[in-house]
Amino acid sequence: MRVDGTFIAVEVSEQAAADQELARRLAEVCPVDIFRLRTAAAESGGSADALEIVAENVDECVLCRLCLDTAPAGAVKVIKLYDNEALLA
Amino acid sequence: MRFFEYEAREIVRRAGIPVTDFGFAKTPAEAREIAQRIGGPVVIKSQVLSGGRMKAGGVRFADSPEEAEAHAQAILALEIGGHMPRGVLVDPKAEVEQEYYAGVVWDGTRKLPVMIFSPVGGIDIEQVAAEQPEQVGRRHISTILPLSDFAAKETIARAGVSGGELTKIVPILRRLAELFLRYDMTLAEINPLGRLPDGSFVALDAHMEIENEARGRQRELLLELGVDPTETRQAREATPFEIAGEEVDSSDHRGVAGNVTEFDGNLGLVIGAGGGSLTLFDAVRAHGGRPANYCEIGGNPSVRKAAGLAKLVLSKPGVERIAVMMSIVSNTRVDIVARGVIKACLELGYDPAEKIAFFRIPGAWEEEGFKILQKYGIDYADRSVSLNEAARRAVEKIQGANEEAVR
Repeated sequence: MRVDGTFIAVEVSEQAAADQELARRLAEVCPVDIFRLRTAAAESGGSADALEIVAENVDECVLCRLCLDTAPAGAVKVIKLYDNEALLA
Repeated sequence: MRFFEYEAREIVRRAGIPVTDFGFAKTPAEAREIAQRIGGPVVIKSQVLSGGRMKAGGVRFADSPEEAEAHAQAILALEIGGHMPRGVLVDPKAEVEQEYYAGVVWDGTRKLPVMIFSPVGGIDIEQVAAEQPEQVGRRHISTILPLSDFAAKETIARAGVSGGELTKIVPILRRLAELFLRYDMTLAEINPLGRLPDGSFVALDAHMEIENEARGRQRELLLELGVDPTETRQAREATPFEIAGEEVDSSDHRGVAGNVTEFDGNLGLVIGAGGGSLTLFDAVRAHGGRPANYCEIGGNPSVRKAAGLAKLVLSKPGVERIAVMMSIVSNTRVDIVARGVIKACLELGYDPAEKIAFFRIPGAWEEEGFKILQKYGIDYADRSVSLNEAARRAVEKIQGANEEAVR
């Protein structure tokens, strides 16, 4: 999944997004609440938590890399839209 | 926070500085009772936190209690500078041989209090300093070392006062300085200090202000004076624009983006950092610019908060462009502010390159910030451009655009 703000885009691989433990850690580490957990829709049982990228907070990204350090390499991408889509490394 | 005259006089009285037998009245009947107690000609003075009382008819003389009551009634109904009076001060009409000035003010440049004395009182000390500088004595005092009579003596003597007068005024000025230090004041002024025919001195009027931030520390004094903790004591009520600025600032705990003051110009300002707001505001005016507002941004506000402030300024009627300028920032991030102000433009449907006259914020994360500014074609500068030059360029830009429009 990928959510674009005006300046920043955040992309999380489907595999990473499905990892509940990783989702919980991402929601915990992000200082500007770009990630949050939401209870999945009824069709998926209604009990599992799913990762959500909070669109209104994406531009608040402070490029701290905490999400990159938390996730396996390549699972989370922070993209600088103002810099030719350069990836935060 | 400013004190009403009747409160300032009470503070002065408690410090052992001689004052007249004044009284504070909230009704005409109370004014009459006080005038009766005084038993002679009195002065009725409106108690408003505004200058120009005399000119507005807020100071009147009465020869009898009946006249005092009538004057009090008129004054209590009189609005001065947008303020209704808190009450009236009833003061004996003193027979004064000479009026002096005694004051202690905070010198922001030296970061020390300065005692000021002049044998020319009853008028603004600024006027005396400009027209008769030799009649003004000054001396800085320490906020740490014990205060001495000598400091007061030196201040008064520098204004050319000597002999018995000097001896009598020294304790008055020293006590005034003690008040200043004890109560976290920014201004403690007795003007005029009157010399009566018997050679004694009496405070005929007093003006005092304490640091707003010291209100907690000075709770006891404020309670004793009956000051309501919720009173703001501002010179005027906040405008809807200024209230909206406070709402922006309080909407998010991160950083500061507020402290907005409204002006009527066409150049909106998003300014701040370590005194940068005041410097930039003055610089814009010095270059002939007309600021639409004053504000303060710093402490690393969020993008949303910076955008909120910029949107507020951009939406103000009469604002043609905004200038985004700060001193060199350390904890506030250039890229975050850049994102905020650009976002504000975009959300309001403006081209940031058009609406942002000039952007000058060097410091933390400036490389990222400058990339964002380049992307949107915004005219910006790094730290090699001074605040003064940045202000000049912003003013030039808005004036140039207006001249173009006229052509």
